[in-house]
Amino acid sequence: MNYFDHNASTPIAPEVLDVLQQVQSEVYGNPSSIHSPGQRARQYIEEARAQIARLLNCDPKEIVFTSGGTEADNLAILGVPPGHIITTAIEHPAVLAAAEHRGNSTIVTVSADGVVSPDDIRAALRPDTVLISVMHANNETGAIQPVAEIAAIAHEAGALFHSDGVQATGRIPVDVRALGVDMYSLSGHKFNAPKGVGALYVRDGVKVNARQFGGRHERERRAGTENVPGIAALGSAAALAPPDTLALRDHLEHSILNRIPGTRVNSAAAPRTPNTSNIVFPGLEAEALLISLDLAGFAVATGAACSSGAVRPSHVLTAMGLSASDAKSSIRFSLGRGNTLEQVDALIANVERSVARLRKLSPVDA
Amino acid sequence: MPDPSPDTLIAVAMSGGVDSSTVAALLQREGHRLVGMTMQLWNQRRLPELQVEGATGRCCSLDDVYDARAVANILGIPYYVVNFEDDFERTVVKPFIDEYLSGRTPIPCTLCNNHVKFDKFLEMAEGVGASHVATGHYARVSFNPDSGRYELRKGVDESKDQTYFLFGLTQPQLARTLFPLGGMTKPEVRALAASLKVPTAAKHDSQEICFVPNGDYAAFIDAWFKDQGIPRQSIQGEIVDTSGKVLAGHHGVHHYTVGQRKGLNVAVGEPLYVIATNPMTQQVIVGRNEDLLRRTLTAKDVNWVSVAPITEPRSAQVKIRNKHLAAQAMLIPTSDPKRVEVRFDTPQRAVTPGQAAVFYDGDLVLAGGWIE
Repeated sequence: MNYFDHNASTPIAPEVLDVLQQVQSEVYGNPSSIHSPGQRARQYIEEARAQIARLLNCDPKEIVFTSGGTEADNLAILGVPPGHIITTAIEHPAVLAAAEHRGNSTIVTVSADGVVSPDDIRAALRPDTVLISVMHANNETGAIQPVAEIAAIAHEAGALFHSDGVQATGRIPVDVRALGVDMYSLSGHKFNAPKGVGALYVRDGVKVNARQFGGRHERERRAGTENVPGIAALGSAAALAPPDTLALRDHLEHSILNRIPGTRVNSAAAPRTPNTSNIVFPGLEAEALLISLDLAGFAVATGAACSSGAVRPSHVLTAMGLSASDAKSSIRFSLGRGNTLEQVDALIANVERSVARLRKLSPVDA
Repeated sequence: MPDPSPDTLIAVAMSGGVDSSTVAALLQREGHRLVGMTMQLWNQRRLPELQVEGATGRCCSLDDVYDARAVANILGIPYYVVNFEDDFERTVVKPFIDEYLSGRTPIPCTLCNNHVKFDKFLEMAEGVGASHVATGHYARVSFNPDSGRYELRKGVDESKDQTYFLFGLTQPQLARTLFPLGGMTKPEVRALAASLKVPTAAKHDSQEICFVPNGDYAAFIDAWFKDQGIPRQSIQGEIVDTSGKVLAGHHGVHHYTVGQRKGLNVAVGEPLYVIATNPMTQQVIVGRNEDLLRRTLTAKDVNWVSVAPITEPRSAQVKIRNKHLAAQAMLIPTSDPKRVEVRFDTPQRAVTPGQAAVFYDGDLVLAGGWIE
């Protein structure tokens, strides 16, 4: 299988798998225990905490381990005091659904390039605004959001700022101090660590109220015995150099645009993560193209993985103003560690072949 | 049956039921390359007030997808759920409701076959590189070299025959369609399913119209309007006898269908039946059983399936409901080849506008159209 869906999930890197297996089989103590097996488990957690802190440029004690991106986002959104919150139309459901659950929220829309305007965020401020949450990079288009500017706006207004960094971590440099964020979410399986582990950065001095109740783990911000092997693996993934996908992504994108008339890139004019290309094939059903490519051994995505089975076209693409038809004709290619030029060339050839067959069936005026 | 070459890809429409699961297992045993697909046509969570306990006739439930996926996994064939909810709404549900409110009794299964299963699905199958589609319908297709046409015949199991719903198929559609169960009886299919270790071998047959729980059309239509946010004025109508005498009131002609006896709430000496409904005047006309008898009907939008349109009268057997025993009749062509007059040898009960009239010569499907 040629895998081009790294924004949905990534394979575990070999170095990370070594750590995972070793800790899984050898480190059995409860990190809260006083004895040496417990202390050994604790060491792995604290080493991972330091590795994540190095990746994000923060202090280890500012890292709260969670079960993944959704829990990190939920903790950030639901863990701050009551009041008005502002977020955007292109967030992951982990943010949008949590905001809806809270109530009293304003959803700010985005430009045709899939980027939110800081001015629009400023215009949505209210005296009782307590939190602004804007993702760092979008999962469907890769569009990078003006997070630092918006963080400054939040602080001017006396509100906290959270960013969902699930798609940015491990792909682009993240410096939480330079960005000025108060909270930042990440998820292990998006950057070659296993599923079931993630983290929330919480700036020193910011209080988040726990969302689950039990022991006093993670400085009383997240109860429950820590996922020691997962956390150790997350730490080792944080220490990897980010995959170099930019040249391959650009090659893929240029080739498709040149060879297949009518195609265009969503968020083309926005700064984007170097691994993501979301392309409209006007008049084609992306679902049919996806299945064709899968049968030929190439895994790609339509919309976000979480939306599969749902009827609605991608909420991200429709928020950018794409017609329902163009949104349903969009394919997301997301590259990662391990993709090669040969794979990309084979993908291009197969996309071309599948599109030619599909276009024979449904004539397009594009 | 059209015989695809062994290296072509066949798309199997898998509902999660025993029939389509057996089709997949059978074609795989014959060595074909397969891709399984389940059509997601209807969101079961959409009309919550219809989610009654123990409802029959549910389609596209998570359980069905789960079953279809499990069968595909066991067979080791690629499998996908394809979402046609928008097409289904536009080409099946909406016309179904319009027909009902116009006083006709529609057949959504035929619309679904014409517009979704053998149109949209066929297009999707071709798009992913499949040359044929296979379904679990009880019907047979064969090519007649003399006429140069594909012919549609009843399934061998007359009690399961589904050709009444398939009369809209065109020659290009038939050319790419496989009905591997057409030569088998249902008990044979169940036995084959068991021998092929199909996990759904003992699953119950689906019933009624798949998206209408318990066959309660009126409740479905009311719930649909509520879902669309379209306010409906409460409808007041009259139940009248054939002389125009008002016998009772009612809440909309869509609660009634021709031939219906139950639920009229009219007490007179003899049993009364609905013989017609008029949506313009909101009148439900009731009468005696013999008032339901008709000797002729006109079918419109006739699709000539296995033979060319007739130019001379010809005898045929005509079915006016799925469970109707085909009745001997003469087909009389009109100036429009898509309109045919049907003259029955003996009068038929409850000729219902909106239902299909399907013309047979023995087990051969000649044509079918919609009763005016």
